[in-house]
Amino acid sequence: MRGSSPRMTGEYRGTAAYMTSMRPQDILLPAAAGLCCKPGGFHIDPVRPVERAVITHGHSDHARAGHGAVLATQETLDMMRLRYGENFAGSTQVIRYGEEIQLGDVRVKFHPAGHVLGSAQIAVTCKDTCIVASGDYKDARDPTCTPFELVPCDVFITEATFGLPVFRHGDAADEVKKLLASVALFPERAHLVGAYSLGKAQRVIALLRQAGYDAPIYLHGAMETITEYYQSRGIDLGELRPVKGVKKAALAGTITLAPPSATSDLWTRRFPDPVTAFASGWMRVRARARQRGVELPLVISDHADWDGLTATIAATGAGEIRVTHGQEDALVHWCRSKGLKAQPLDLVGYGDEEESETPIADEAEA
Amino acid sequence: MNRFAELLDRLAYEPGRNNKLRLITCYFREVGDPDRGYALAALTGALSFKHAKPALIRDLIAARTDEVLFGLSYDYVGDLSETVALMWPRAELAAHNNPPSPTLTEVVTTLRTLGKTELPKQLERWLDELDETGRWALLKLVTGALRIGISARLAKTAAAALGDKDPHEIELIWPGLSPPYLDLFAWLEGRGEKPVNRDPAPFRPVMLAHAIEDGDFAALDPVDYIAEWKWDGIRVQAVAGRDDRGHITARLYSRTGEDITGSFPDLVPSLRLPGAIDGELLILREGRVQSFNVLQQRLNRKVVSPKLIKEFPIHLRAYDLLGDDENDLRELPFVERRERLETFVRKLDDSRIDLSPTVPFASWEALTAARADPASAGAGEDADAVEGVMLKRRDAPYLPGRPKGQWWKWKRDPHIIDAVLMYAQRGHGKRSSYYSDYTFGVWTKGEGGDELVPVGKAYFGFTDEELLQIDRFVRRNTTEKFGPVRHVVHEGDKGLVLEVAFEGLQRSPRHKSGIAMRFPRISRLRWDKPPREADRLETLERMLNAEPAEIEV
Repeated sequence: MRGSSPRMTGEYRGTAAYMTSMRPQDILLPAAAGLCCKPGGFHIDPVRPVERAVITHGHSDHARAGHGAVLATQETLDMMRLRYGENFAGSTQVIRYGEEIQLGDVRVKFHPAGHVLGSAQIAVTCKDTCIVASGDYKDARDPTCTPFELVPCDVFITEATFGLPVFRHGDAADEVKKLLASVALFPERAHLVGAYSLGKAQRVIALLRQAGYDAPIYLHGAMETITEYYQSRGIDLGELRPVKGVKKAALAGTITLAPPSATSDLWTRRFPDPVTAFASGWMRVRARARQRGVELPLVISDHADWDGLTATIAATGAGEIRVTHGQEDALVHWCRSKGLKAQPLDLVGYGDEEESETPIADEAEA
Repeated sequence: MNRFAELLDRLAYEPGRNNKLRLITCYFREVGDPDRGYALAALTGALSFKHAKPALIRDLIAARTDEVLFGLSYDYVGDLSETVALMWPRAELAAHNNPPSPTLTEVVTTLRTLGKTELPKQLERWLDELDETGRWALLKLVTGALRIGISARLAKTAAAALGDKDPHEIELIWPGLSPPYLDLFAWLEGRGEKPVNRDPAPFRPVMLAHAIEDGDFAALDPVDYIAEWKWDGIRVQAVAGRDDRGHITARLYSRTGEDITGSFPDLVPSLRLPGAIDGELLILREGRVQSFNVLQQRLNRKVVSPKLIKEFPIHLRAYDLLGDDENDLRELPFVERRERLETFVRKLDDSRIDLSPTVPFASWEALTAARADPASAGAGEDADAVEGVMLKRRDAPYLPGRPKGQWWKWKRDPHIIDAVLMYAQRGHGKRSSYYSDYTFGVWTKGEGGDELVPVGKAYFGFTDEELLQIDRFVRRNTTEKFGPVRHVVHEGDKGLVLEVAFEGLQRSPRHKSGIAMRFPRISRLRWDKPPREADRLETLERMLNAEPAEIEV
């Protein structure tokens, strides 16, 4: 079905009256369905079914099924197909990083966001005004996806998942060292690492391999499909095995990756005296780790930390900042203290998935 | 410091005792002297320096961060030290000028001698040099809030494991040691002689009893045993000895070997004969033993005021004599030690120290009767403070630990109520996939009729099989979830009744019910009983009133 649909650009002719200077809210405006681009005739990461959707990345709170036409990177479309089945959208269209297309009265260009495989920031240009919707992004190194690209713009819509100065993620390689030290110290126990099945799990595996860990790594069933997809895209993850059916005793000294909700579930009883680890930026705060009963918190995040957010905002050169999903207040305050125009952008439906026990098949990330 | 911080960080999340031991031992193995010695001191509470006030920490962060951002962060994190550790701005130092982060030794030795005015500058420097975890540990250390759930005993046991030694050996020599314990580690690693305890009043590892069960009696002959009351106080060891100059040094130790002399200065003058008494610490008013609740009000006080001493007169009731002047009596049979004890206490002739009487009995039936009614069996007016009876083999030497078949404790039946399971929380470690912490309540009159009010929390007492059953019940009968806590159905005809055993009750303004339980545990599951037939708060209040009255202080 890929490529078989009519190109979105051909279908829609903008009707907006041209103005010499566009106000940002005339280009992108929060609506019930998500961030709406009226002159382009589409929504970015809509949370409800819409006619045209432009999607930043494959996490389930951003990429939902049931839209008429979907524009996204090849990887994002593939992941949606794996999760929702062939008929997840009326039609799809692939866009590459750096490729620019005209949608109605605006030009849309995708840039790597460094968040997960295929993730993109979306630059929307109308007349002389360029707005970048960051989606989720990180400026830290990640062997499993294309690095974040800084996009100069007039208005930057940034995420703020970790928008408090207490969130500093440090070097993920050090956290993986912590995990390996624990495996060495407790060879008779199993190590269970909670990690979101799209992106985080593969990154943790890749980091383990980079640290020299070459034993087979075990996977919870919910991890298998996406992980295989990563491998099919040429990302080397070493030998992976399904944990299902493996005898309890054989799991001593091993590492298993599982969705976070599984690590405190009945499912863990198949492991010998498991050490429960959790790879997430939230693990920086003790109360959060303790609340989840985590024994080995690993501060590994797929979002920019405070330093990353503030550095990126400054470097875009944008004079106006919109802050969305996360800790908006602190980041808005910071922007204003630096003389930037800033306001929170109320978008609903982008999960703090960790606040609730999400079903395994549908869990998002952090 | 960063390595020590890493250890503390990991210990704070690790629920299992053996795993904690492994982590600490591994640290002692990896880290050299003198850092590991100061770590041992920190873990055993043996470090002493003036603590920094939280206000100082606040001032430091206020000077470096935006007030609004700090406020938002503190609200989110909820802990001052942690907030400051996480948001402390990175020092902007040239790479060639990057000082190494301080060692634990440097921190401890500097803090000992640092003047109050120099502290802020020094703290700033360290905070600049450490990583997030290092800053957190440093701030916890300097504010004296290093609570990580490690007992001194556990830390010593971990050190002992380094040299495959018995932790009792460390306890024996511990009072003569001081940080950074170079001689101790040298001995543990086989590089040096065992340190000699030159302490004139050393602690001796304590002998403990096994709980006796009905089936045990058949194999025991009453003639082999001496019985005595088990008093509901605090087991202590009172030791006095002569130093090099012939002066008497007296110390009071808890059963784990902690020096608690400072909390009971009023007992020290009575310990004037060299020797080591194993006994129970009690409060006596006009010759009557007070309940444990009363004693508890003298514990954990920072300042022991003259008023406290006067209102809670301390008393030592002696069970055993481990040393008599220079003589170590621990190898002697109990019956001979007991004779020496009687002579010793007579010679002391002090109103604060008396002998715990033995309970004569000819058969187990006779002892059962005495245990059921201590008042008529010799305990008289003190019967309320009797927790049960102790059985000690006449020929038993004094052995450290809990040797099999030598000493038995036979507690009086605990108090029992039927309560209704209200909330369940996941356990930790091995139990983290089970709902194993239970909050239970009893009925009371509420605005809209009878309602359940929580009266306690228990997380043991049940068998593994029963745990599985309760876990299954909780999962199937959850009405609401709050993070790790589940609300379990608790209505008149729907819910689970738990038989809860406990040792005593106390008034507690912190609990909604106004009552707190001592040592509650689940003794039986009452699947047969509908929740509406569970006990009422009034029953507990009656039990509370039956306990000896407390004095407000």
